[in-house]
Amino acid sequence: MNNDDLKATITELLPAATFEEGGQWLTINIEPADFKLLAMQLRQEAALFFDFLFCLTCIDWKTHLTMVYHLDSTKFRHNIVIKSKLAAHDPAIETVSDIWQTANFHEREVYEMFGVNFINHPDLRLLILPDGWEGKRPMLKDFEDPINMIKL
Amino acid sequence: MNNNSNKEDSFLTPPLGGGGAAFPGQVHETPGGGIVLSKLDDVINWARSNSLWPLTFATSCCGIEMMAVASAKYDFSRFGFEVARASPRQADVIIIAGTIVNKMAPVLKRLYDQMADPKYVIAMGACAISGGPFFYNTYSVVKGADHVIPVDVYVAGCPPRPEALLHALISLQEKIKSGLTREQIQVPKPADSGDKLHQL
Repeated sequence: MNNDDLKATITELLPAATFEEGGQWLTINIEPADFKLLAMQLRQEAALFFDFLFCLTCIDWKTHLTMVYHLDSTKFRHNIVIKSKLAAHDPAIETVSDIWQTANFHEREVYEMFGVNFINHPDLRLLILPDGWEGKRPMLKDFEDPINMIKL
Repeated sequence: MNNNSNKEDSFLTPPLGGGGAAFPGQVHETPGGGIVLSKLDDVINWARSNSLWPLTFATSCCGIEMMAVASAKYDFSRFGFEVARASPRQADVIIIAGTIVNKMAPVLKRLYDQMADPKYVIAMGACAISGGPFFYNTYSVVKGADHVIPVDVYVAGCPPRPEALLHALISLQEKIKSGLTREQIQVPKPADSGDKLHQL
């Protein structure tokens, strides 16, 4: 499916979605509340068949956070990027670890680094950071660590 | 540093510039054979320095460069480093090839403690020396592996050229052959620089 077909199909599923083009992949901007249902449809719809979540990350814009999901279909070889704005204070979004297993670890990483709360995640705890780092968010731009960090 | 007796005493010409494998002693020819005169310590150090088994330890891109030094083009087996060991119990030298993060530091300490004496440490590259590119604004990087374990030889570079690592390995051999301890060899720091380092 090319980008125009993807756009048409996704607009049918979620009329509120807005699109960005010009980058390497078609980008869809959606509200966090719409995310879970759309993700489910993207995975299950026979014509879309996005069976591979190959990147899940987060961006700190200081005013807000953006969750970014890169999806790929191993059958049709088409890709999309989903972006969703989260509030800087108490960010939360539904988990997709039940749709794509790989999201389990990636969401734990985003949780420990950015403090995003993934609703209904089966095992939301620190992934890489050692014990004692709960509640700290080292990848946020305003993160301070007076012990380990030498400021320039 | 070059007050090692084996150079003056040796009757053999070292095959390579500084890192010669010349035997530290004198041979007195006698009819039908000869007598070797040497010091046992010198012979032991000579043997040790020419068969240093490195631990296969690499934490980032310097590890790739270290593998290049092990491979055919640079080939550190020419100097006795070819038997890379996957177990610290069998290794003589640990080449810290890469960034040490706070989470890795206790592992590095443990590996060093598990190595049998005598053991040597080479800090390879900017990260292992000081944290390098990760010195500022990082919450996770140890600012120099010598905060964790003592280091014998530092190699500058990011990553160092293979020749630089070879030079470090040969320097370590010379250090061992000189027979002095790590503390005896260290050049005393100028009086004021030490304080500044502590203030950092």
